[in-house]
Amino acid sequence: MLPRMSAEPEPVSNPPSLGAIYAGFFLIGICGFGGVLPWARWLLVQRRRWMTPDDFNDLLALCSFLPGPNIVNLSVAFGARHHGMLGSAAAFFGLMGAPFCIVLGLASLYAHFGSSPVLQRSCDAVAAAAAGLFLSLAVKTAAPLFQRRSLVGYAFAALAFVAVGVLRLPLPYVMLTLAPLSILAAHFLEP
Amino acid sequence: MKDDSLGSLAWQFALLSLMAYGGANAVMPEIHRQAVDVHSWTTERQFTDFFALSQAAPGPNVLIVTLLGWQAAGLPGALVATLAMCGPSSLLAFGAARLWERFREARWRRVVQLGVVPVTVGLIGASAFVLARLADTSVALTGITLGTAALAHWTKIHPLWAIGAAAVAGALGWV
Repeated sequence: MLPRMSAEPEPVSNPPSLGAIYAGFFLIGICGFGGVLPWARWLLVQRRRWMTPDDFNDLLALCSFLPGPNIVNLSVAFGARHHGMLGSAAAFFGLMGAPFCIVLGLASLYAHFGSSPVLQRSCDAVAAAAAGLFLSLAVKTAAPLFQRRSLVGYAFAALAFVAVGVLRLPLPYVMLTLAPLSILAAHFLEP
Repeated sequence: MKDDSLGSLAWQFALLSLMAYGGANAVMPEIHRQAVDVHSWTTERQFTDFFALSQAAPGPNVLIVTLLGWQAAGLPGALVATLAMCGPSSLLAFGAARLWERFREARWRRVVQLGVVPVTVGLIGASAFVLARLADTSVALTGITLGTAALAHWTKIHPLWAIGAAAVAGALGWV
């Protein structure tokens, strides 16, 4: 059995329109304080139900093993799945448009007002809340893994966690070492 | 002069785009070297401030590149730097996604997926752990992290409320 977990809704079957993809990723971008990934999953899986939890993990896995920001890759890959090049463009510009303007606005404000202690404390607290969202994302992405109950899967997840989270080894080396080994294990152990 | 910096912005960030395994943070040391030491787009101090700003703003943390472009060559610089940093990797992602879809039923794809997903899950866990360790410098901040995680996990409340509440609590000096 699964541990107590808020039930994930069933995905809807009809594919989102170009406008809906743009609007969806616009929301993801503008909400994405302290990390965009939790918001991407929240919108794609829970809110709009465009993907299943497994689907999300699958696409995220692909995007994490390509160079570039994985959230940008995810937007491009998700758009491509539904509307090809146009879908990718809609998702990409939806994601990047608002944050692009906001960060330039912030930089202008910062140039005028500098850093105030109130602002600093507020930023610290937002960072803490954002870390909480990431924690919840970690538990949710792990759920399909627990359903599969593969000991080898647990082992590779644990190895990746320790290597990057605890030992702070460089990410590219960890990925290039663990991914081939994990794929090889899956090749021999899975039917 | 301006054309020159636009050209070098485009070239530098397009190259870095394809090296950024694990996102912009993976190539941050190289971005720093280019921006401060090689091209003098910013001072050391400005670079640190830009990094903090790009973390504080919503959106992907690749936005530090936007700020560097802006500093180097104004709005055109911001546009060129952002597109150069995202363009090549996005084209690669587009091709990979199409290929991934085409072989949806193939055994090798299922095997790759079964192998890669656990590693990704472990890496997300690691990100959460590292972010929490960095952010939670006091008991109150740890409470905010755990409270937000619980809210996002067990309720359907919009997570932006937690972010907003944290911002207000911080500004009022409760943390």
